[in-house]
Amino acid sequence: MSARPLALSSRIPPGIARAGLLWPSLGLILAFMVAPIAIMLTYSFLVPAAYGGVEWTFSTAAYEQILFERDFLDDSLTFTPDYLIVVARSLMQATVATLLCLVISVPTAYYIATRTDRVKNIWLFLITIPYWVNLLIRTIALLFVLRDDGPINSALIDVGVIGQPLALSYNGFAISLGLIYSFLPFMVLPLYSAFERFDFRLLEAAYDLYASRRVAFFRVVLPVMRPGLIAGSLLVFIPSVGSYLAPDILGGGKTLMIGNLIGTQFQGARNWPFGAALSMILLTITLIVLLWLARRAAQQQQLT
Amino acid sequence: MQRAIVEPNPTPPADGKAASASKSGSLPVQHPSSVAAEVRNLCKTYNAGTPRAHEALKDFNLSIRANEFFTLLGPSGCGKTTLLRILGGFEMLTSGVCRIFGEDVSRLPPEARPVNTVFQQYALFPHMTVRRNIAFGLEMLGKPRAEVERTVERMLDMVHMTEYADRRPDTMSGGQRQRVALARALAPQPKLLLLDEPLSALDLKLRQKMRLELKSLQRETGITFIFVTHDQEEALAMSDRVAVISNGRLQQVGSPEDIYEQPQSRFVADFIGESNLIEAKVAGGANGEAAFDIEGFGQVHAPIAERVEAGQQVWLSIRPERLVLGAGHGEGQGPAKVSDRTYLGNAVEYHLRVGKHALTARSPRGGLRGRQDFAPDELVSIGFEPGSIKVLLS
Repeated sequence: MSARPLALSSRIPPGIARAGLLWPSLGLILAFMVAPIAIMLTYSFLVPAAYGGVEWTFSTAAYEQILFERDFLDDSLTFTPDYLIVVARSLMQATVATLLCLVISVPTAYYIATRTDRVKNIWLFLITIPYWVNLLIRTIALLFVLRDDGPINSALIDVGVIGQPLALSYNGFAISLGLIYSFLPFMVLPLYSAFERFDFRLLEAAYDLYASRRVAFFRVVLPVMRPGLIAGSLLVFIPSVGSYLAPDILGGGKTLMIGNLIGTQFQGARNWPFGAALSMILLTITLIVLLWLARRAAQQQQLT
Repeated sequence: MQRAIVEPNPTPPADGKAASASKSGSLPVQHPSSVAAEVRNLCKTYNAGTPRAHEALKDFNLSIRANEFFTLLGPSGCGKTTLLRILGGFEMLTSGVCRIFGEDVSRLPPEARPVNTVFQQYALFPHMTVRRNIAFGLEMLGKPRAEVERTVERMLDMVHMTEYADRRPDTMSGGQRQRVALARALAPQPKLLLLDEPLSALDLKLRQKMRLELKSLQRETGITFIFVTHDQEEALAMSDRVAVISNGRLQQVGSPEDIYEQPQSRFVADFIGESNLIEAKVAGGANGEAAFDIEGFGQVHAPIAERVEAGQQVWLSIRPERLVLGAGHGEGQGPAKVSDRTYLGNAVEYHLRVGKHALTARSPRGGLRGRQDFAPDELVSIGFEPGSIKVLLS
């Protein structure tokens, strides 16, 4: 019986036995992803209890609240775009952060991928250095840099370029900067590996076949790099949409993003069903983006 | 010993240049005078001005005629690929001129040259089907849609790839990709087709088949092919003319026959096929012929193309198959000892010692059909077939 070390038991067919190798990760996903989402979905259809928690009464009020305001007196619903604006603002912010990360990362990744192996490793090492420090600490450190009496403003005032400190912190700019700073490596690394695998003779072939630099970039480089671009964009976009720290600390809580709105519902506002409903909306948006990209990738496969 | 100067014949029959000039008359060239590509005083230095500076091409001059199948042949690192990349516009020349059909293209980027390339690893666009790959160049030239489609169909048919038109390159074999790369490069009807060792990734059988296909494709299309290879057999089999390159310098240009039969330097004699190179001294001579002393062998006579002085050191090149082995002693024959015998199937190779020289002779199936076979340590006499000795001064 010692000749079959990989089979768990001789009676179990090998296919099923091998699937057993997945059990640890399946267990983790069940316990910490599927179960919480199920709880969240359930809570989103319940009624908030007075001091946090939920009462077990079915209601769609939480979802109605996203689009409508219930009048205290006559219980009528009036449309209110406030929460939609928060969702839209979060999506905008994440889109801007993703695009800026793309713009910054493409040349960076290209530069690193075209160095010698030794230099490459140094650069990749440097890129990962910020990750030695916790995200919260990094975000607060960034706030200290951007503050009115931080090094940037003090230096500019001392030199005499400006008289009043620039509004660098507690606004949308600071949030965007924080998001880009936090998630930039997630874009650089997949793009780097895509460039690393990119066969630059394809570019020569494109020029040889009369393509201009611009056309070669859009018709050859981008399509071949597509998997890397999509991976990087998802890795930046998804955490950006639901980001909590950057808006909270760098935005000073003044600009409401969906992540902070959800956080508030479970803390001060004590409206767990509404928080759960907003979370489901965020999850749905993320899934739609993922499905859209997956479909586009599949169509690309068939069309060209 | 007298130091007489020996002059070659006024009309030497063995002059390689003269021979290749007379050959060109028999080529299927429509405009014998038109030059497809030309480089003059071309120099290319990589990393110029740095300690890693490397001179890839040194004062290179070459003319390639319209409609010919021209091969750049040489060992790896000799500069042949650099020359091809300069013609394609992928490398900028350091100095000199590069002309394509009379137009100075020295400073033009690849997309502005009427030239297409078949790359070594094909460089097919992996995200496009065969059809879209072939259409790419035509679309870039802004050809109308109908014309693009018509040309693509014609190209697919020409390289027998119609049934694979909607497949992607990564699902195909090396030979199929090779055909797609050819079709893609030929579709825009370039004036010049550059081929960078396109057969090196294929196995032997396929390589031999593709040789014939390439040759007939060149004849069909009438496009000038410039083919780079390090494989001398490939070069001899396909080319109208061959340029042998070594160390960044042009060694010799000529038809495959010229290059093989009339090597002009030790490098060419040694690189193309196999050759016995024997050191010898000029003993004297007249009428375009000279006598040479080979130490430990005796005297041989051979025609000369250039002026030599008595006592001058030269090299004699003799192909192994033109050494004649015999048992007896005759005129122009000398003693040799067989040091080794190798059976090759269709021939037998004898390694011989003649004085201090080691020679190789190849005899078709020694021992059969009345031919004598010799065993190691046997003493034999060797002679040279008439006209088989080439005199090399460098």
